[in-house]
Amino acid sequence: MFRRTEPTDCTISWEGRDIPARAGESLAVTLLAAGVTAFRQTPVTGTERGPLCLMGACFDCLVELDGQQNVQACLAPVRPGMVAAMQRGARHFHQSEDAA
Amino acid sequence: MRATLATMERFDVAVIGGGMVGTAIGYGCAALGARVAVLDEGDVALRAARGNFGLVWGQSKGDGMPAYGDWTRQSIRLWPDLAARVSGLAGRDVHYRATGGLGFCLDEKELAAKADFVRRRHNDGHATLRMLDRRELLELMPGCPLGPEVLGASFDPSDGHADPLVLLHGMQAGLLRAGGRHLPGAAVTGIDDAAGFWRITRADGSAIEASRVVIAAGVATTPIAAMVGMDVPVRPVRGQNIVTERLDPILPLPASALRQTGDGTIQIGVTNEDDGSFEIATTTAALARMAARAIRVLPAIKAARMNRAWAALRPMTPDGFPAYAESATHRGCFVATCHSGVTLAAVHAGPLAAGILAGHLPEFAIDLHPDRFRGMTHVSSH
Repeated sequence: MFRRTEPTDCTISWEGRDIPARAGESLAVTLLAAGVTAFRQTPVTGTERGPLCLMGACFDCLVELDGQQNVQACLAPVRPGMVAAMQRGARHFHQSEDAA
Repeated sequence: MRATLATMERFDVAVIGGGMVGTAIGYGCAALGARVAVLDEGDVALRAARGNFGLVWGQSKGDGMPAYGDWTRQSIRLWPDLAARVSGLAGRDVHYRATGGLGFCLDEKELAAKADFVRRRHNDGHATLRMLDRRELLELMPGCPLGPEVLGASFDPSDGHADPLVLLHGMQAGLLRAGGRHLPGAAVTGIDDAAGFWRITRADGSAIEASRVVIAAGVATTPIAAMVGMDVPVRPVRGQNIVTERLDPILPLPASALRQTGDGTIQIGVTNEDDGSFEIATTTAALARMAARAIRVLPAIKAARMNRAWAALRPMTPDGFPAYAESATHRGCFVATCHSGVTLAAVHAGPLAAGILAGHLPEFAIDLHPDRFRGMTHVSSH
């Protein structure tokens, strides 16, 4: 769906597999460039969703990033080796509160 | 542009206002078989429906005005049926949950004031409301991480909440399915006698005619009601809202100014800013105050991300209670205004719509006639 115009220079982990990335780009861009369109499953119906606006407004690109839930992938800059996974349902709140 | 007789569309009922109140009345009239048009100013309108908190709520309604309390309780009784219908029409669950509703008390002074309020409500015939102490609250909501400052709450088992967006969407769908028309995009500029019909002209030069006219125009009610000889003073009272990210269930019962939606969002209210201004900006001070109180109730949500905050304007009458009437000088022209469009949706789509079609309003409307505002100097928000 998308074609990179600049070379990648690192990798990140998505759902347990390595994906080529370019440090500093947004995580949403990394995933889209790798052909990933299902970023999350909605809390209401479990439908798979992906980025719509890519500018922080739509909240459809939520992922779990380095243990933090409900992170907007379009606003998260890529760092080499970051570990990301789908956001499945609502944020598991008590758990993340304990972690905070 | 002059509308000609050949192109003039005629309706049984024209509702002026496409928000929660006007849509409920329009849907109700159309479902009863009337040919209905809902005239909606458009997205520039200062809709109160933007700010609906989603409570289906009786406990705070009608203090000092028993007719309003009766009307509210009647609507709550009709809500299960409305919820089933609008969920079907919208194609998704309106999330009506009659779980009971709470009003949290965070210190002894609040507790005493709330207990007084509960006694007054009993005297007004609102018998289901009672006080719960902290132990009873925790028994009602096992595992709910209430903050240590929560001393108790008012509790009404008949209260609940719903998704106002699905409600509005479902009623709009019902209007259209029953053959009604939704005509957005232009303000109403005139209502004139046209030989047995009322001719409504709009800012885009268009016009329609209708046997009955219902003015449900929220904060724009006053100038439009004046077109049909009615004095209905309505002023804007701003309310701010916060929503968080979606969270696993943490608060099983809705409360005044704090609820968790069926989708997991925590919604936090509320302000009653009565400054006469039609501005709809949020203020950092108000949002901080609202969030701070919500965190005293549920300390865990201090870690929740805030997704959005916004403000909307509620239409407020001089005594804060709704106003319903038929014009004495322009027969067939009605006004309906309130700031509880979600709670009252079931009576607006039911007995009020039927009364408008029959040409006489239900009995409660005697006490809620806007003539009571004459000479009223005391102004309060409810």
